[in-house]
Amino acid sequence: MIINHPLLGPRDSEEFVYLGAADLINRPSNWEHDASAEDFYQYQYIRENVAGDHRELWYHEQGDQSWLVVTRNTLSHEIINVELAQDVSRGIGRGK
Amino acid sequence: MSQINRIKGGLVNQKKSISFTFNGQILTGFEGDTLASALLANNKKLVGRSFKYHRPRGIVTAGSEEPNAIMEIGNGAYKEPNTKATITELYNGLEANSQNHRGPLGFDLMAITDFLSPLLGAGFYYKTFMWPKAFWEKFYEPAIRNAAGLGTLSTEADPDTYDKGFRYCDILIIGAGATGLSAAITAASSGAKVILADEDFLMGGRLNTESIKINGVSGSKWAKDTVAALSAMENVTLMSDTTIFGVYDHGIYGAIENRASEAREYKDKPRQVNWRIYAKRSILCAGAIERSIAFGNNDRPGVMLASAVRSYANRFAVATGDKVSVYTNNDDGWNTARDLVLNNIKVVAVIDSRSISPVLRVPGAEIFMGTDVEDTSGRRALKSIKLTNGKSIVTDCLAVSGGWNPNLHLTCHHRGIPKWSEKIASFIPDESNPPGMSVAGRAKGTMVLADAIIEGHNEGLAVASDLGYKVEELDPAETQTVSYSVTANWGVPSGKNRAWVDLQNDVTAKDIKLANQEGFKSVEHVKRYTTLGMATDQGKTANVLGIGIMADNMGQTMEQTGTTIFRPPYSPVAIGAFAGRRRGMEFYPTRYTPSHKWSVEQGAIFVEVGMWYRSQWFPLPGETHWRESVDREVKQTRASVGICDVTTLGKIDIKGADVSEFLNKVYVNAFAKVPVGKTRYGLMLREDGMVMDDGTTARLSENHFVMTTTTANAVNVYRHLQFCHQCLWPDLDVHMISVTEQFAQYAVAGPNSRKLLQKVVDSNCDISNEAFPYMAAGEITVCGGIPARLFRISFSGELAYEIAVQTRYGDSLMRTLMEAGEEFNVVPYGTEALGVMRIEKGHAAGPELNGQTSAYDLGMGGMISGKKDFIGYKLGLREDLLRDDRMQMVGFKPVNTQDLLQAGSHLLNLRDKPSTETDQGWISSCIYSPILGHYIGIGFIKSGHSRKGEFVRAVDLVRGNDIEVEICSPHFVDPEGERLRV
Repeated sequence: MIINHPLLGPRDSEEFVYLGAADLINRPSNWEHDASAEDFYQYQYIRENVAGDHRELWYHEQGDQSWLVVTRNTLSHEIINVELAQDVSRGIGRGK
Repeated sequence: MSQINRIKGGLVNQKKSISFTFNGQILTGFEGDTLASALLANNKKLVGRSFKYHRPRGIVTAGSEEPNAIMEIGNGAYKEPNTKATITELYNGLEANSQNHRGPLGFDLMAITDFLSPLLGAGFYYKTFMWPKAFWEKFYEPAIRNAAGLGTLSTEADPDTYDKGFRYCDILIIGAGATGLSAAITAASSGAKVILADEDFLMGGRLNTESIKINGVSGSKWAKDTVAALSAMENVTLMSDTTIFGVYDHGIYGAIENRASEAREYKDKPRQVNWRIYAKRSILCAGAIERSIAFGNNDRPGVMLASAVRSYANRFAVATGDKVSVYTNNDDGWNTARDLVLNNIKVVAVIDSRSISPVLRVPGAEIFMGTDVEDTSGRRALKSIKLTNGKSIVTDCLAVSGGWNPNLHLTCHHRGIPKWSEKIASFIPDESNPPGMSVAGRAKGTMVLADAIIEGHNEGLAVASDLGYKVEELDPAETQTVSYSVTANWGVPSGKNRAWVDLQNDVTAKDIKLANQEGFKSVEHVKRYTTLGMATDQGKTANVLGIGIMADNMGQTMEQTGTTIFRPPYSPVAIGAFAGRRRGMEFYPTRYTPSHKWSVEQGAIFVEVGMWYRSQWFPLPGETHWRESVDREVKQTRASVGICDVTTLGKIDIKGADVSEFLNKVYVNAFAKVPVGKTRYGLMLREDGMVMDDGTTARLSENHFVMTTTTANAVNVYRHLQFCHQCLWPDLDVHMISVTEQFAQYAVAGPNSRKLLQKVVDSNCDISNEAFPYMAAGEITVCGGIPARLFRISFSGELAYEIAVQTRYGDSLMRTLMEAGEEFNVVPYGTEALGVMRIEKGHAAGPELNGQTSAYDLGMGGMISGKKDFIGYKLGLREDLLRDDRMQMVGFKPVNTQDLLQAGSHLLNLRDKPSTETDQGWISSCIYSPILGHYIGIGFIKSGHSRKGEFVRAVDLVRGNDIEVEICSPHFVDPEGERLRV
């Protein structure tokens, strides 16, 4: 596979390490509440098994060490979009 | 007589003889021969025995689809079994041996299986070797494997080398026949970067085997000229003898280039290169493969595909028989008859199953229209054939054509499903090609050469324009239009005689029928039940024929029956080619610390940890057992001072205004207020609450920290920190870089460690206990101005320091420390002594941090701060992880101090019998303590923290050990930690 790195251009997937669904960015912040146990459980263990477009985390370990959010079709392996994970994280309000 | 079947002409160099051996017999061929053509030139018709029935078999094809002529090439470690003679380029000294027979090829003792064939049909193994069950592994399977099978492996390491390579292009053209060359010349003229690959060592495809003319010259001449023109273009890379074996995602193609001839001449050259080709687009011009017809005894040596007979005559100048007959269901079979006559080879008969008028005039041949071949005779070579009209014909070579199958394998590598074309009676590619791939020529089902050339031309043009290249006005090459028509003919009723479909796996039409009758309706099931198409040739000549027979049996269409799934590789690829240079010591990198050379000089024994070579112990002359060395290293260190290379621990340099806040989020304990000049032990969890790693982090200045990790987890921890920063808290001012390899680091441990260091550390740096107390950290200089970092941390439990210098000073620092320590009787110690001391001290390490232990289990629950969120906090509070009866880490010592305690022992209550139900836990780390004079261990036992003082059994059924141990604190030596602080 070839991942089109937003900063470095097309790179072979061999340079990357895969982690899992991009939902892992959305770590709960309500740790002080008792009810957050369920939120953390969902965050850590519950994944959609997507047949289609899947947003997932890839780490450019043999490159610039960026974490990327790659949108990949799990049926065709077509890569639809690649973003820097830190931009995605900021986009959902995790920045300062 | 030598080469009795050789005729004039061909594309072989008849002036250059090549000597080779077949089953020990010395033979000659010519430059440009394949092993198969040279064997046929020498009248070697019987070249092997079949897989299951040990039937005599001869060469059938002239390409990579060959089912029969597979041989062992070379000897000793170089021997390679199952090599297709039809694509093996002949070279001087080639040694070939036929396979799968006992005794000589002509008198195979296993041929008895052929007479048992009525018992050995489809599913025979499944039905027969059912019981007794235990017999399968011990008796049936070895016997079957011995009788059936292919060539044998040398069982020695492969002495050849293999390389990997990477190439990039705009357009990859697969196949350099008429269509491929036509596409290449158009595409290349646009300036696009083109790679043209062909599996044959001679480019040109079937142009080299046909008597047609292109642009007024012979097809082979046109091919040669076109290849020469392409090779002169800078934007074209020609890859002959290269098979594109797989189509992967995003335009990545796997290719194997065979460079055997070069490797034989220069031992250091690779035998094969596994190329990864990155192509924006590809054009598949892989041509077509001829198929046979199923009739009685159609497997005798001398029954060949018609196209192959033509190839051997036209390209290799070999007559495959003195009296050749042709059996066809399509127009192309007649071309073989015509070309043989042109080559002065006698054609005795042409049999066409279609009731039409003869397609061509064939001088000297009897013509039978609307007739089929029913049976053949001749055990080791074909003698005659019997026709459905009752007539017998004396013939020593029968050229069979059952029609042509587009070679669409690669179009299906992304699960494309071929569709049926009634017009050419074969499957053609659907629109579901892998993205970026288009198909042209006969691979697409365009069977007329003139049309295929135009199609290649147009496709080359279209693809180059798509990619934004301007294409010159070129005319496609011209050739005469030779029509092609075919009427499907899957087989002829053969009565008791077997009609072979898959020659390599010995599958007959009857086997397919039996499978269908027994309820195997899916083509995939029939394949697995009968083994149709499962041999090394993957049924390239057999599959469509088998599907046709199956469709007839079941009264359904070809479309309904469908094909099995095509998967990479297109043809077999040696495992060595995938490994490339990554074998033996090159399997992964070897990492040496800066003082490795010094360690080697000391005669150190090394152990691999996280790819690093670490000194395990340093034997002295006279020491015969590792324990002698390790006990000495421990005693000397605890008595005076020892030095251990700890360079391999992960080191991460972290800078920024928010580092302490960041560390607070990744460690369980508080890091917000670590003062400058101090280091702190930190415990890191995974999000699920299990311990991930531990280490120390020092604050060198307000915004500068340096973290250590365990050797094994250095990469994972760094990756995790990057995740935490970039994904979870992207705006924290934190910048990290791994500096594991940038610093050499040594532990200096023992009561005299400070005295030793004071001799090395520059005098302006005060490292007295008052100025540099336990857990102090700082930047200092050594040896007159060399920058260094000093940390007062201890893994051994002694007064200890770790000192780090830039990598390039590592070797000399080690030597300097050893020299300075002479007066203190300093000792270098390895990872074993390190392990002994950490177990004596009760520190958890790898065996305890196994991914299933929580901070509480390790007795470090008290470190957890309840006032902050950190990775693993919330899920670490799950009820089950806080239960009192979890496996908790404690120490163990034998009641009888003479007893041997072993890691891996399971723990049992004193009166319990060993079983899964009674299991109480296990010993995870265990050593002999030279300080205490007996074995000690740490391990996990249910409710361990509250069971100290209790006695249990440590049982090791594997090594036959069963002793009584006392549960105790894991801190065996200096539990109060007084030695650390002196």
